[in-house]
This record gives sequence, C-alpha cells and structure tokens, in this order.
Amino acid sequence: MSTTQTGAAAAPVGQGLSARAVQMRSVIQAIGMLPVLILIAIGFHLATGKFLNATNIAIVMQQASINIVLAAGMTFVILTGGIDLAVGSVLAISAVTAVSVSLTGFSFLAIPAALLMGLFFGMINGSLVAFVNLPPFIVTLGAMTAVRGLARLLGADTTVFNPQLSFAWIGNARLFGIPWLVIIAFLVIAVSWFVLRRTVLGVRIYAVGGNPNAARLSGIKVWMILLFVYAVSGLLAGLGGVMSAARTFSANGAQLGLAYELDAIAAVILGGTSFVGGIGTIVGTLIGALIIAVLSNGLILMNVSEIWQFIIKGLVIIGAVTLDRFRLKGSART
Amino acid sequence: MASNGGRPPTLEMRNVSKTFPGIKALSNVQLKAWGGEVLALMGENGAGKSTLMKILSGAYQADPGGEILIDGEPVQTGDPIAAKRQGIAIIYQELSLAPNLSVAENIFLGDEIHSRGMVNRAAMAEACRPVLERLGAPFGPHTPVGGLSIAEQQLVEIARALQAKSKILVLDEPTTALSSRETERLFDLVRQLRSEGIALIYISHRMAEVYELSDRVSVLRDGSYVGTLEKDQISADALVKMMVGRDLSSFYKKEHDPHGSRGPVILEVKGLTDGGRRVKPCSFQLHQGEVLGIAGLVGSGRTELARLIYGADAKAGGEVLLEGRPLRATGPKDALDAGLAYLTEDRKALGLFLDMSCGDNINIGVIDRDARKGGVLNLASARRRAQQAFNALRVRAPSPLVNVGSLSGGNQQKVLLSRWLEIGPRVLILDEPTRGVDIGAKSEIYRLIDDLAKREIGIIVISSELPEVIGICDRVLVMREGHIEGEVGGPGGRPVTQENIMAYAAGVAA
Repeated sequence: MSTTQTGAAAAPVGQGLSARAVQMRSVIQAIGMLPVLILIAIGFHLATGKFLNATNIAIVMQQASINIVLAAGMTFVILTGGIDLAVGSVLAISAVTAVSVSLTGFSFLAIPAALLMGLFFGMINGSLVAFVNLPPFIVTLGAMTAVRGLARLLGADTTVFNPQLSFAWIGNARLFGIPWLVIIAFLVIAVSWFVLRRTVLGVRIYAVGGNPNAARLSGIKVWMILLFVYAVSGLLAGLGGVMSAARTFSANGAQLGLAYELDAIAAVILGGTSFVGGIGTIVGTLIGALIIAVLSNGLILMNVSEIWQFIIKGLVIIGAVTLDRFRLKGSART
Repeated sequence: MASNGGRPPTLEMRNVSKTFPGIKALSNVQLKAWGGEVLALMGENGAGKSTLMKILSGAYQADPGGEILIDGEPVQTGDPIAAKRQGIAIIYQELSLAPNLSVAENIFLGDEIHSRGMVNRAAMAEACRPVLERLGAPFGPHTPVGGLSIAEQQLVEIARALQAKSKILVLDEPTTALSSRETERLFDLVRQLRSEGIALIYISHRMAEVYELSDRVSVLRDGSYVGTLEKDQISADALVKMMVGRDLSSFYKKEHDPHGSRGPVILEVKGLTDGGRRVKPCSFQLHQGEVLGIAGLVGSGRTELARLIYGADAKAGGEVLLEGRPLRATGPKDALDAGLAYLTEDRKALGLFLDMSCGDNINIGVIDRDARKGGVLNLASARRRAQQAFNALRVRAPSPLVNVGSLSGGNQQKVLLSRWLEIGPRVLILDEPTRGVDIGAKSEIYRLIDDLAKREIGIIVISSELPEVIGICDRVLVMREGHIEGEVGGPGGRPVTQENIMAYAAGVAA
C-alpha cells in the first residue's frame, strides 16, 4: 500500500495507487539514499571541521572511484538476480597484466590487455551461469579463488613494479582540475545509466532480473543478457585494475583487490538495488559507493581506529538498508 | 436450506470498515452467516472480499466502529490466535501449509501437543486420525505435506480447521487448482460440513459453483455491501448486476463469423509430440478468424501442447506450419517473429514482470521494433502504445506508469494480453485467459477475443471452464492423457455441449 506522507488523493478501491501516490513514490525512490549521504557528510564536517573542504572532497572522490567502477558492473549483475564475487581477483589479475605488459616493448597494449583479461574472465563466468545454469554465487566464488591464484602466478607471486608506467596519468593527473580517476568513474556511471534506462538492452536486463521465465516467454534471449552482464562486470573490474595500477605504479597478485567485491556489493545494496533482481538504479549505486567512501574517509579524519571502522561500516550498511525498508514499505524486496 | 428462522446469526459483521493509507478498502460492510448454511461471497477483484475475510481471521484490524458478533455476542478478533479461539478458520487460495512438515504437524501448527516444550508427535498423529477419517483422506498423519496434491493439501487445511473445532469456515476460491473430480469431492465435503452445523462462507468467481452450493449469496462492490440474495432469487443476471452495477446483456459475445471454421487454414499441427511424456502425437488445424477451444481435464496435456507449438519446450517429433510455412521454433523468439503468440496459464509466475510498470510490461515484446539506432528506447512511442492499450482494453489503473503488481487480477490479465496484441500476431494461443478474473473483466476479454476473430486472426483458447468454452468457441478439441480424444463443433463435428465435451474428456465417448 502507499506510504505517502502527505494525504495523497484516495484511489478508488481495486485500482492500485492513485496517480499522485505513484508520483510521490517514484520521487522517494529516486532520492534514495541521498539524504543519508548528505547527513553523514555534514555530520563528519561538524565533528572534524575539515571534511567538507575542496581537497578532502577530491580525496574522497578519488578513493571512491575504483569502487564506483566495480560497483557499476556489480549493479548490472545484481539486477539480473546474480552476483559477482570475483571482481576483486579480476581487478588484481588485470592490474598485474597491465603493469607486466607495460614493462615489455608493447607498452601501448597494456590497457587493452588488461581490459581483455577482465572481459575474458567475465565471459567465462557468464557462460557458466547462462549455459551450464550454475548458481552465480558458486561460479564467481570459484572464480574468485582460481583467478586470485592465476594473478599470483602471472606476477610470479611478487609485486610487479614499473616506475615509468605509460598510463600513470590515469591515476595521478587531472583534467581541468578533476582527477582522471574521478572522470573515468563518472563516465562509467553515465554510460551505465544510459544503457540501463534508455536502451532496449536495459529494459531486458530488468526483465530478466524480475522474472526470467516470463522474459524467455516474451522472446528475450536470456542467455545473451546474462552473458552480457557478467562480461560487463569483468570488463569493469579490468578497468578497475588499470586504474589501480596507474595510481600505484605497481600490482601485487596476492594482495591487490582483497575484499573489493564486498565494498562493491555494499555500494549496490546501499543504493537500493534488490538482491532478488529487477529493482535498482545506477544512481543509487553511485550514492551507495559515495556513502562508503565518505564513511571511511570521515572515520580516518576522526582518528577512529581501523577496527572500529569495520564495525561502524557494517552497522551503517545494516541500518541504512533497514531505513530503506521503512521508507518504501511494500515495494522494496531485498 | 436457510434455517435462519429467528435465531441469531452464527457470524455477524456489522459496519466493518477498513482504511489503508490512501485507500478505503471497506466501507460499512455487513455480513451474516448461519451455521448449517453455505453463504457465497461474490464480487469483482478489488471489491474487498479478501480484506473482509482477513479482518475476520485476525490478520487485519477493522477501523473503530465495526463489530464482529458470534452467536450474538461481540468478540475480539484482533489477532489470528483470538480468531481461532472464536472458532473461525480460513482456507486461503494460496494454502498456508509447511510442505516440509507432516500432516499431523501441520494440523497442529501453532498449537502443538507438547510437554514442557518437547513436542509429542505420536499424540498429535493419534489425535488427528479421527478427523482425517471423517474427511475420507487418502493419506495418514505422518505423510509429508510437500508430496501431496493441491486437493489433498486442501483436505489438510480443512482437517486443521475441524481439529480446532471451528464453527465458521471460510473457503477462498478453493477450486481454482482442482480438477473437476476433485471439485465434486470438495462439494460433497462442503455439504457434509454444512449438515454438521458449520457456517460456511464460500468465495468464488464461478457462477456454476455458486448455483450448486450456496443457500445465500452476498455481494460486495468497490468496498461496499450491495445486498444478499436467497437461494430462490439467485440468477446470473441478478448477481452480475449486483457485482458490476450495470447490465451485461450479452456475456459471451459472439459476433464474428461462426463459420470461421471453414476459412483458410492458418496454423497446422502435425504429429507434434514431446516424446510421449505429456503430449502424444497431436494433429489439428486452425482456420483464420476461428476461435478454437481446447478442453480437457487438468493434466490432459493442453498447456504442454501449447508450449510445444510455441517453442517454449523442445519438441521430440512432428511439425508446425504457420501460414503454410514450417515454423522452426527453437525458442519463443522464433515463434513471435513468425507471428505466433502465447498467453501463459500462470500470469504471475510466467507472464508478468510484477516490479515493472504496466507500460513496460505491455511494450516488452515490441521495444526493439520501435527502438532508435543502437538500441536506444523510443520513449514517446512506448508511452503512446501503452496508453492506447490501456484505453482499448479499459484497464482500470491510474496510469501505465503504475507497477503492474498492484493491479487486480483482471486488470493484470488485460495488461499481459496487451503485450501479445501489440506484437500483432497472426495466431494467438490463450491459456486460461480468464482464470482469477472478475466478471466485468471476463466479459471484456470475451469481447476482445471476438474482435480479434473478426480481424481474421486465428485464436486458440485453452480453458477449464466449460460454459466459457461453449460460449465463445466455434469448435472445440478435447484432450485426454496427452492426445486429442475428439472434436465438437465445426462442420461435421458433434454439437458443442457440455455432455459431449465431458464424454471425450473422460474417455467414455461412444
């Protein structure tokens, strides 16, 4: 039933919500977690006095950028009711690939190689889910472990390092004062938004997530959609690897990207996307990722120990999703 | 057998209202039911029947001012336990049993026999044996409920109600998933319980059942109480008028050419089979402008045959010719591209995207056709289509932007139907198109089928409701155990009557 705060025009019985109630509900959904983000940001500023200045905001955005890219890919996957636990490992192997290739005579191939690496593993995951019908959780769990091993193998289990990285500008330079990392992250969000909201493919992704049987019976090639979303997730994890390597001039197959998938998933869920599929927005994911970055940054500024950071972050995620349930009673299905 | 001469009603609900935020679901509703009687409760989807029953069972709280009286005494049914203690039991359409537990455990669910926290399964099994015998149940107390058929699970629910010594038993659309044999058994049971003095409230859309079973009929419309008819006053016209508020003179409209069965063949099925599991080799023809019915008992293979034709399931043999050309459907997409559409039996599980808007649901089959270069959506055209479809089928919802999940069953069905119509098929297969659909929407769907037939589209209607099949179809195939047992109607076939159809369906046709 409608949960409008203002007295929306009562609908005749049996016809669902009134037009005004529909409008109100979509506004509430669109705003999503933005108020929470703003509140947390203001809170930190009041507590520390130095949160909301230009330098710090730039730092927060930069720190968030890789997670934003991963979370965008994760959004595609979770919208179909699946999950990709392998993004951290794929990021690692892509980063190692990027740096390794940059050390050879073909350094201009470093970025394409890394992206292809991500795409490759994404397609393997997608094929197993789409054709062999394995549960995404299991497939990507196995991939997470196996790819991590491959990443270590590729880097000979050491840190690969290139002080003259050809694409270091991605991780360190700016365009008109905005760090390239941030620009890339926002471009990814913009393109993802367009695909999800404005293309036939986007509608079909939501359909497959909402009701895969009905989607198939409507003539949608479900296997193609599934293959696509996992490929995208892999590709974006590859991009994340490039961004990470660019920032640190290095990559370690064993250490890099550990638990990155958890932050990505948290961002997606905080953003209002439902685990069962078919419900969610990319803008929500962006806000969710920003909330996580703001939390981490703010807690560091407040000199909170790392242990407490974990605890607080976990509680905030639970609290925020609970809040979301109350706001959208009846329509949010996590 | 109305025996309300003077004694107070076993159950009376007075001035019951219920307001949800933004919606007044019930407005001063009255209801009276006596023990030893069957009271049918009818009304369109969204009229408030479920809400009223949920208030009775304690799932909802009525607005202040409403009263519930049992045997003349006001009672509180604020929560399900209180309602149960008052002797009220409800059997919902979606049965509320735990499939992983045994029959006895389900019968005593929430009220288990225990000593100091340790459940006594043996005692529960013994305690419910008498009830199971009384109902003639073909299973024992230790049987896991998950393995029982829908009809048997219903028996468990009834047993649970009887075990709790219920005086008032509400049955919500109990026959939707039952075969006709199981339905007859249920009716016998209902009569038996009636003779034992229980007050039965029977909610149903099916006129035939209401005629057969009820002693009185109460009607709700748009959350208000319209009136009650005594047995001798019950008639289709009177009921429909009360439920819909207007005259429905021609319920089964048939203005299309009844000789459509003589037109050119548009679909030909030859020896189609899935290997003999559910569908043995079947052959038939469908003509342009014809409404062909497929009747048969539950489990006779009608849906499975439709799915083979449509390509939803892989066929093991036979072929399908659409407009003379072989249809090689490896999946639904091929069938749709060729001009064959299929409306599924279970609109919620297989048809609708409940979280998406009506507009999205309607457009999903054609978005690629309207799309701009690169697969970009054509939003304007999508909006237009959705609005036109809404108007054409008279969907009762504020706008196409509303989530389809919030609509009533009849309107949901119209949305789903619109999806297939937008694709513009040459052949349309409708599987139980009016299941769970209220009277008003039913008649609109029949009108639509008639219009489509006039436009030379070939239509196949699979239905378990014989009056419907007889009313709208030109010709009827009857299936039994996976093959086509016989045909009624059309040139050279037997007359289309219920008896002839049932004879074929049961395999006893001469």
